[in-house]
Amino acid sequence: MKILTVENLSRAFGGIKANEDISFEVEKGKVLGVIGPNGAGKSTLFDLITGYTKPDNGKILFENKNIFGLKPDKISGLGVGRTFQKLKPFADQTLLENVMIGAFVKENNIKKARNDALEIIEFVDLIEKRHHFARELSTGQRKRLEMARAMAIKPKLLLMDEVTGGVDQKTIPGLVELIKKMRNLGVTIITIEHNINIIMEISDSILALDQGKKIAFGSPKEIQNNKKVIDAYLGTVDDA
Amino acid sequence: MTSEIILQAIVTGLMMGLIYALIAAGLSLIFGLMDIVNFAHGEHLMLSMFSSFWLWSLFGIDPIFSIPITILLMALCGIVTHYFLIRYILKAKMLIQICATFGLSIFIRSIAQLLWTPDFRNVDKPLLEGRLEVASVFIGQPQLIASIVCLAAFIGLYLFVTRTETGLALQATAQDRHAAEILGIPSNKMFAIGWAIGLGCVGVAGGMMSNYFFIFTDVGINFALFAFVAVALGGFGSIIGCLYAGIIIGLVESLGGLLIDPSFKLLYVFAIYLLVVIYRPQGLFGRY
Amino acid sequence: MNKLDIAKSEPLWNTNKNIIYIISFVLMFLIALPLFGLNSFYLHLFIMIFMHAVMAQSWNVIAGFSGQISLGHGAFFGIGAYSSSFFFVQYGISPWVSIFIGMFFSAIVAVLIGIPMLRLSGHYFAIATLLIGISFQVVFQRWELVGAASGLWVPLTQGDSWSSLQFHSSKAPYYYIFLFFLVISFFAVWLLNRSKIGFRLRAVRDDAQAASSLSISVSNYKIIAFVISAMIMAPMGSLFGQYILIIDPDRMFNIEISIIVLLITVLGGIGNIWGPLIGAAILIPISEYSRIYLGGTGGAVDLIFYGLILMIICIFRPEGLISFVPKDILERKKQR
Repeated sequence: MKILTVENLSRAFGGIKANEDISFEVEKGKVLGVIGPNGAGKSTLFDLITGYTKPDNGKILFENKNIFGLKPDKISGLGVGRTFQKLKPFADQTLLENVMIGAFVKENNIKKARNDALEIIEFVDLIEKRHHFARELSTGQRKRLEMARAMAIKPKLLLMDEVTGGVDQKTIPGLVELIKKMRNLGVTIITIEHNINIIMEISDSILALDQGKKIAFGSPKEIQNNKKVIDAYLGTVDDA
Repeated sequence: MTSEIILQAIVTGLMMGLIYALIAAGLSLIFGLMDIVNFAHGEHLMLSMFSSFWLWSLFGIDPIFSIPITILLMALCGIVTHYFLIRYILKAKMLIQICATFGLSIFIRSIAQLLWTPDFRNVDKPLLEGRLEVASVFIGQPQLIASIVCLAAFIGLYLFVTRTETGLALQATAQDRHAAEILGIPSNKMFAIGWAIGLGCVGVAGGMMSNYFFIFTDVGINFALFAFVAVALGGFGSIIGCLYAGIIIGLVESLGGLLIDPSFKLLYVFAIYLLVVIYRPQGLFGRY
Repeated sequence: MNKLDIAKSEPLWNTNKNIIYIISFVLMFLIALPLFGLNSFYLHLFIMIFMHAVMAQSWNVIAGFSGQISLGHGAFFGIGAYSSSFFFVQYGISPWVSIFIGMFFSAIVAVLIGIPMLRLSGHYFAIATLLIGISFQVVFQRWELVGAASGLWVPLTQGDSWSSLQFHSSKAPYYYIFLFFLVISFFAVWLLNRSKIGFRLRAVRDDAQAASSLSISVSNYKIIAFVISAMIMAPMGSLFGQYILIIDPDRMFNIEISIIVLLITVLGGIGNIWGPLIGAAILIPISEYSRIYLGGTGGAVDLIFYGLILMIICIFRPEGLISFVPKDILERKKQR
């Protein structure tokens, strides 16, 4: 069953086409990896789906409901969670409070929301840090905070922007495990990822973008052997 | 209503507008440089008018000749402001930055009231006096000279910022202070220079206005409000935008006062601010 | 028990029991105070502290809890004062009822101002509120219906009257009325802070974009904050009008009101519920005493202190004086 269908989605900033005619689908319960070199339009795509940037034209169906042009709070209210590439924790509040604000989407009772939040914090393995202010946490911990906060709204679809970006090597395996754990809970995930090995490991299908256009869409195997992708993206990684 | 009266209002508005433009340019320069709005701008203007007044009253120096001294004093005042206050709040939250310069404005104004009482003063018989009549429009000589001097100062400021090495260094710091530091431009020094020049502009305007304006401790408030409006209209941080914005404000003020109701002059200008920031937050003229 | 169960068994709030004792004690002391025969100067001093604490709390809601820096918040004070007095003077409606009319009007004005202001943030917002605050004064100075520059004069009653909220023989009733409103307002804000709305307001303050990824409508919550804040401010205007019995634009829409609420809150500690009380308890006596002892020079001496204190706080203690209070008086020790 399709949970998200994107058709001919486009957005230009001035003369620059950040996203052009992008179409793809996501199956319920699967992980879609989005890859592409810098400036390929990955984050723009996320902003279009979650309502942070208004699309110029195209179609976005979430659970067969048109969410094209809706405001971010409406879209997240339907069950689309997201994390941000440039982390946006509520810095002057504790980890627990951060996650509670997410939990309030589904739970009005404060005590129940607190307990829901604690369970999610336990799930992301930060229970001991629950009373720390977000600004006191390390980058890796703040990534987990964002994932926990997004999980707290009990999303059906979760968009994660570069979970493993900007953290040190030791931290990465734990974050990857966490993504897998989330997938095992049945959450549909779209994730932007720079590390090609990780994306191959966790994704059921992969969308490759380059200069705002879709250059390939398919299983990790197909993508790995796709000439265009190798030219645009994989090649440059090998060089580096 | 005759066309002469309207013409008179336009001329008056234009002359006032050039003064607003220079005051706003000082504010805009500081804002563009360090993202801090100087809420004490009006009080700095008041200080410059008093500087001009006391130089006349104590030493008998006519305002027109004391301009360089006033500029220097104000530049010094800017440097002092930077070193004793602004330097400490550069990294603070915006609320704290607003409160700090707000606090400075209260402080300067109330000290001035304590020292000089809230009385109205004026410079008696300055060299610049009288008025000209051109095509049945009366033009006050001091007003005319003041607006010409302000326009000249404005052009000088614009050339300085866009053509000189220091000016370009200021622009570089405004765009990215860290990148500028890597290039060897010390941002702290640039900020101090920015404050010196910003308040220097105010010095020119205040000094020229002391020829014909009443001088009292609250005189700066409305000018500062208009400067905020001008800076928003011209685009925050844009200097040339201030020129157009200042002129627009001067015209709206005088024509609005003439055509609608003079007691609501302030409100016409405020209304422009609200319309512009709500519907065109980048200002009417964009950045730079 | 595993860590999760331990965490779940923690009390929801980490308020220290001590603070409840301190509050009860202070409150009882304040209730008993006039019984010791305070003279009218001290009663006035306390009334001013109570009033300003509430006004500052109103500002704290908008600036501290929702992050919108309003520099024209005095407008709601004036609207409260004018709307309640107008209905009293014109139609003889009891001030007790007209206080609610004042709250209602200021809530309406808050929505009307708030909606166009939603698109503004940061400096734009601050300057816009400053201009709007001044505009109110300009308009009321010239609005004939409400007495223009001379304002409204509340008709005096013969002797004290609870129904008309006028007391000529003693200030003590005013003292209790203001104290009552102080307690109610602080309790309301305390409840707000612990409610879902409070959490969401803080989310909007800290990061609006992240908040909207959690199904929080940033615009709605900004308006809510504005309305709540206005409704806390308005009764103070109404009561102050009944206290001095003259409602004129220079007093009720004075820009100084907007300044002082900011100053008190920043001094005490912005974003902290006790900040406004601490700030008012320190600043108002300074202001009243300096007016008495140094006031002969145009009444600006207290403002010198204000300006100086504000700058010093911004430089050295942006968290306000509350940050000097040891954390464990306010909060239980957390397991960290």
